[in-house]
Amino acid sequence: MNVASADNYNFAYLDEQTKRMLRRAILKALAVPGYQVPFAPREMPMPYGWGTGGVQVSAACLVPEDRLKVIDQGADDTTNAVSIRKFFQRVAGVATTETTTEATVIQTRHRIPETPLKEDQILVYQVPIPEPLRFLEPRETETRRMHALEEYGLMHVKLYEDIARHGEIATAYAWPVMAEGRYVMTPSPIPKFDNPKLSDCPAIQLFGAGREARIHALPPWTKVVSLDFEDHPFQASKADHACEICGSCESYLDEVITDDQGGRMFVCSDTDFCSTRSNAQQSGAA
Amino acid sequence: MNTRPEAAPLLSVRGLAKYYGTRIGCTDVSFDLWPGEVLGIVGESGSGKSTLLSCLAGHQQPDRGEIHFDGRDLLAMSEPERRRLSRTEQAFVHQNPRDGLRMGISAGGNIGERLMAVGARNYGQIRETGLDWLGRVEIAGARIDDRPSAFSGGMQQRLQIARNLVTAPRLVFMDEPTGGLDVSVQARLLDLLRGLVRDLGLSVVLVTHDLAVVRLLAHRLMVMKSGQVVEQGVTDQVLDDPQHGYTQLLVSSVLQV
Repeated sequence: MNVASADNYNFAYLDEQTKRMLRRAILKALAVPGYQVPFAPREMPMPYGWGTGGVQVSAACLVPEDRLKVIDQGADDTTNAVSIRKFFQRVAGVATTETTTEATVIQTRHRIPETPLKEDQILVYQVPIPEPLRFLEPRETETRRMHALEEYGLMHVKLYEDIARHGEIATAYAWPVMAEGRYVMTPSPIPKFDNPKLSDCPAIQLFGAGREARIHALPPWTKVVSLDFEDHPFQASKADHACEICGSCESYLDEVITDDQGGRMFVCSDTDFCSTRSNAQQSGAA
Repeated sequence: MNTRPEAAPLLSVRGLAKYYGTRIGCTDVSFDLWPGEVLGIVGESGSGKSTLLSCLAGHQQPDRGEIHFDGRDLLAMSEPERRRLSRTEQAFVHQNPRDGLRMGISAGGNIGERLMAVGARNYGQIRETGLDWLGRVEIAGARIDDRPSAFSGGMQQRLQIARNLVTAPRLVFMDEPTGGLDVSVQARLLDLLRGLVRDLGLSVVLVTHDLAVVRLLAHRLMVMKSGQVVEQGVTDQVLDDPQHGYTQLLVSSVLQV
């Protein structure tokens, strides 16, 4: 363990009282799937929008035996993922990994790993706006009342507008879902491709929104349904290509512009999934 | 002109009072509204008409009195029940269509909102109903995907009416539905309202300061002054033979063209 971290910081940065407060909020959120529990976010050494909510939830969950993985849009090696991973290495001294199957806590921004999660894992999402009704109804007092009374007609008005304007539901990410038949929640802005993975997931899923001071959660094996119309059902979709590195047709793809001549390639957004596959292919060929 | 009153009134109000601090909003209001009946409430600005209407519609909590809707005590009802009722069996038409419409959402979405709120989940059917209602309020079906902000004032008001009537409410509250519209548009709207009220057998509580509107629409009339009901009766009788001094003043104040 890093000596400097042990001397200067409490384990995992936050003080124990703050962790206690966070854990109470997390437990309440797990008890009421999809319900947004208010909590008192602390100032974190990073700007809002960089995952302060996710970092606090991770800090409250971490124990010294944990192995942490951090992904940003599926990738382990982007700035946000690298800096949050380093942060916890330093202040918690926990082991880190890029391999989904080895991790016990995975903090993620906007993706669910392609590799199926297991029962002893915790997936922590960074959430910018936890309120699915926010852009339909600006008043917080009113949206809370709507949740309390299950008045979710407005959510479907949004989907109706999409079909009326675009011929289909044009929402590609942050597709609203119904958790366990009660609360409508936003799945943090994951692509709709990932929505089916929310449901009946063996891992614990925690959603932390730092600026908005809300935590919501999905306990393992929760039934999560993407909202839709009978005659315009929900469909998970991805770019109609295979990954150019590992050749996968099943994983979610990023479109990468390669030059200014219109050149582009499609590669897996989940870097761990992609490298595991291409390594296996190389060793198989060798 | 009036439909035969059924055995029980749809809306029954007893001793209703609402105070703003020490000032009187409205006080001691009692009346019965029968199915299929249109009740006009007239009075000058500040006479308590709108206060009364918002108490009836559940937007404000009255300080005293009782309101029964179809035998159910509205004031004792839980909030979810109350709100479900106001989405299904009741409707509220605002004076300013901007208060009653969602301006950022297409006409079809506006009409469909109440349907989706009570569980409609079939896009095709919602759209069909939307088109049907646009036709009924004389808006071209081709405008179903236009936002209300692209509509004229009269069209917005008709759209608001369609949006409210789509779940076939039994009781509609209207707050100056023709206010702010020019006379020819007013006339068309009144025509339309009269037709809808008759065809659908609606009960309506209509608040206005325009005596011509109540003459056309209302079966019965209540005159309010300083928060109190000073006279009530059959519309033509009240307007042609006003008994109370204030009603006489009101009737004689109407400008003749």
